[in-house]
Amino acid sequence: MAGQAEHVTKDELWGGNRSPFSVSYGKMMMWFFLVSDALTFGGLLTAYGVIRHGSSDLWPVGEQVFEALPGLHGSYPLMYVALMTFILIISSVTMVLAVEAGHRMDKKGVVKWLGLTIIGGFFFLASQAWEWSHFIHGSGGGFQVNQPMTVAAADDAGNTYQITLDNGTWVHMTSDFGHKYEHAMEAAEEPVAHDEHGGHGEHAAAETHEDISTMVPEEIILNKYTLEHRDGKDLRKLVVKGEDAKKIWAAMEPGSMAFGANMHKNEYAIQQQYANFFFFVTGFHGFHVFSGVLINIIVWLMAIKGVFEARGHYETIEKIGLYWHFVDLVWVFVFTFFYLI
Amino acid sequence: MERDDLIVNESYALNAKHDEAAGKQIRKKLYAVTVLLTVITIIEVFMGVAFKRNGTFTWEAIKLTFLVLTLVKAAYIVLIFMHLGDERKNLKYVVLLPYALFIMYLIFIGLYEGVSVQTGHNIFG
Repeated sequence: MAGQAEHVTKDELWGGNRSPFSVSYGKMMMWFFLVSDALTFGGLLTAYGVIRHGSSDLWPVGEQVFEALPGLHGSYPLMYVALMTFILIISSVTMVLAVEAGHRMDKKGVVKWLGLTIIGGFFFLASQAWEWSHFIHGSGGGFQVNQPMTVAAADDAGNTYQITLDNGTWVHMTSDFGHKYEHAMEAAEEPVAHDEHGGHGEHAAAETHEDISTMVPEEIILNKYTLEHRDGKDLRKLVVKGEDAKKIWAAMEPGSMAFGANMHKNEYAIQQQYANFFFFVTGFHGFHVFSGVLINIIVWLMAIKGVFEARGHYETIEKIGLYWHFVDLVWVFVFTFFYLI
Repeated sequence: MERDDLIVNESYALNAKHDEAAGKQIRKKLYAVTVLLTVITIIEVFMGVAFKRNGTFTWEAIKLTFLVLTLVKAAYIVLIFMHLGDERKNLKYVVLLPYALFIMYLIFIGLYEGVSVQTGHNIFG
């Protein structure tokens, strides 16, 4: 294995003409790069913790925000992100097997395992693309109420609570109603845009949407993504129905409505930092995965061409392996701080 | 200038090759670590779904467990997958000590400043 602890005296070790760490320059520099990169991620996650701790508004709960699976309705909390984590761990294993094959000068093994690592990387990137698209798309949208009121709300178990909503409370629509409303809203804005470009008027007219001014939701959800402590109880996901839902709808703060998330607005929380941190940290990590896949592809092609065979060693696999494992390492922490805690 | 990756010197890891028998041993270890990491992840997800976030002591204990499990996973990835456990002791220290020092300082500063921000919120609203 790498840099075995063969006994060398101190004078010999530090006397020059050899690496005191018993590693090549390139590998040592990869380690130093990873230390600095790890500090960047450590800084981002620490900043996330500070902002989250100091936030005066409710912070979204991971298991309530991330509970969807592609193509399925219903609630599967954390299942998708668990799958992503598993994919990344497995691609880390195939990478370390490629490194091991390299130590045996087994060209076929290196090509096979590195190839599988690249496939794992693509799977992870695709999963993250879906995760982002779901996060950006949202599940129904939310808005703020502009006057205090008391409504009856029921939890999953059927208990009913009298909840007093403060001015500015963030409430949510059901995903069915929210998506319908969002489309109707877009359709209401569309004809103007189509007239400017011309030629699309027919298409816009072909789709029928309800008139947004007459649309009224049957249900409004409180604490859809958050957890609220009130009177010694933990309240999450309460449903308001009937007249009370209409009352909340009538008190909608104009312009406060948000669907999904972008850089200015998000439906998950009143404060924007949550969405911004999610975009930046998972995006920065995703970019690392993307560059890792590119580097892996280049080295894979070199391995196929027999560059390392001719060189007499497969140390390059070790170096890119370090980078790839680091990407997995970062995800372990992102997973804990963004989804679990 | 000589290319570093072409130097084959006894002191470098470049010629750290092993035969099929040693490879078998190493692969066995790697598969064991894979199973361990997978099991820890499954436990974490199960805990995240089963225990609801709230202000109770149980949840605080679960949070601490998450941190410990995360550090265990990180240690296995760094020491086994990244082979840092097999490197010379001085390289281990050169990599781990500065990082540990800086990150502890950063977390300290974060907590310290975070408390000031909270105090500011409490005083000025």
